[in-house]
Amino acid sequence: MKRMPFIASCLLVSASSLTIADISTQRQTELIYLLKQDCGSCHGMTLKGGLGPALLPESLNGKPTELLVTTILEGRTGTAMPPWKAMLTQDEAEWITVQLQQGVK
Amino acid sequence: MHRLCFFLALLLLISESHARGSGDLGIVIERASGSVQVIETSTNSSIGRIDGLGDLSHASAVYSRDGRYAYVFGRDGGLTRVDILSMKIDKRVIQSGNSIGGAISQDGRLVAVSNYEPGGVKIFDAETLELVADIPAVYGKDEQRSKVIGLVDAPGNKFIFSLWDAGEIWVADMSSTAEPAIRKFKDIGRNPYDALITPDGRYYIAGLFGEDGMALLDLWDLDAGVKRILNNYGKGEQKLPVYKMPHLEGWAIAGKFAFVPAIGRHEVLVIDTTNWKQAGRIKVHGQPVFVMARPDGRNIWVNFAVPGNDTLQVIDTRSLDIVKTLKPGKGVLHMEFEPRGEEVWASVRDEDRLAVFDTETFQQVNTIAAKKPSGIFLTYRAHRTGL
Repeated sequence: MKRMPFIASCLLVSASSLTIADISTQRQTELIYLLKQDCGSCHGMTLKGGLGPALLPESLNGKPTELLVTTILEGRTGTAMPPWKAMLTQDEAEWITVQLQQGVK
Repeated sequence: MHRLCFFLALLLLISESHARGSGDLGIVIERASGSVQVIETSTNSSIGRIDGLGDLSHASAVYSRDGRYAYVFGRDGGLTRVDILSMKIDKRVIQSGNSIGGAISQDGRLVAVSNYEPGGVKIFDAETLELVADIPAVYGKDEQRSKVIGLVDAPGNKFIFSLWDAGEIWVADMSSTAEPAIRKFKDIGRNPYDALITPDGRYYIAGLFGEDGMALLDLWDLDAGVKRILNNYGKGEQKLPVYKMPHLEGWAIAGKFAFVPAIGRHEVLVIDTTNWKQAGRIKVHGQPVFVMARPDGRNIWVNFAVPGNDTLQVIDTRSLDIVKTLKPGKGVLHMEFEPRGEEVWASVRDEDRLAVFDTETFQQVNTIAAKKPSGIFLTYRAHRTGL
């Protein structure tokens, strides 16, 4: 990871008082794969949106980190967004949120 | 002069040796690389790859009636006409910001695309890809635009589609070349997620995500309006998360029964099409995505949403029992039967390969490398209403 995104992620995390637990490199790869392939079914593989909204940094700008984490884990009632807590831990949802806020390559 | 004749003869010879039909061909979407692979089902082999189709993370295709051109609908709003015989892109337009699927008209002259952004349907000349009609999916007092799903072709040169946000079904009659004549059916139910037309072209059925049941429209009697079916299939039961939106297509009909995925339940629902009542519920491995009848209607093959997407299950349509569970590998996204049903192709995304199964013995008969494969579309679709 390059220095700038790392600093940015530290800032984001401290700002929202979340801590990122250690997620193994292998699990990180799995999570990015899940994000692109499976979240991508609705949000588009490039996260530009589809049936679900875009998940690009500019579209998430201004949305509180904790709201995003809760949305991933609990889903959104009345929409097609399912709760992912059966497949993701709190730490993993937080890590994914930070990746989304920074922009996933 | 002699030399010219020689060259002409040579040219004729070359083109003659390359002449072939397209009835045993098809394409496979390679979703991550924006390419399609052309496959051939007589020897179960790959013919080659065509690149440059843009974002295919969600993509589908229909065929020209001569079986030569595939129209590929990409996520980025790209509409690409691919010549599968000469293996090249013939024409390509970006027609919207974000699209979901398409259809080709009964007469083969029009290609329609359903769009999420901006929500609506655009209709193009199948030969030139020039815009013929633009139908914005405007609804409500504030004139919002709805995402459009479940677009199919129907007899009478019609296109039928559903509005996800508005809960409406629209019928666009394109039989007159001037303006499309549009008939709207409102309050059909919350969030239709996809739809099918029966193979005879008579019934259009939209599945509802926002509530239990499905919306049925008899195209032979539009004045009767939309009727709700399967209204109470899961009443009072806790819904399970839906990690991938299921798909509906006309192949779910086997004999008098229709087989459709339940939403939020790990079940396949059986509908008696003579009275449109529920005739059974079959417990399956996970959230069904594609529920497809083998062309002879003897079996139903089902794949599943993540985390159950390493599995295929086969249902016997007489006993309604699961007769086989296969584990082809992680990320089984799509299946396609060969036209007479002796073999079925499956995309195994996470293993970057296609698997071909014998549908009687359930043995894998071949596997072919493919880059993150998703949809598989064979040319027999050119001659099927709704495919």
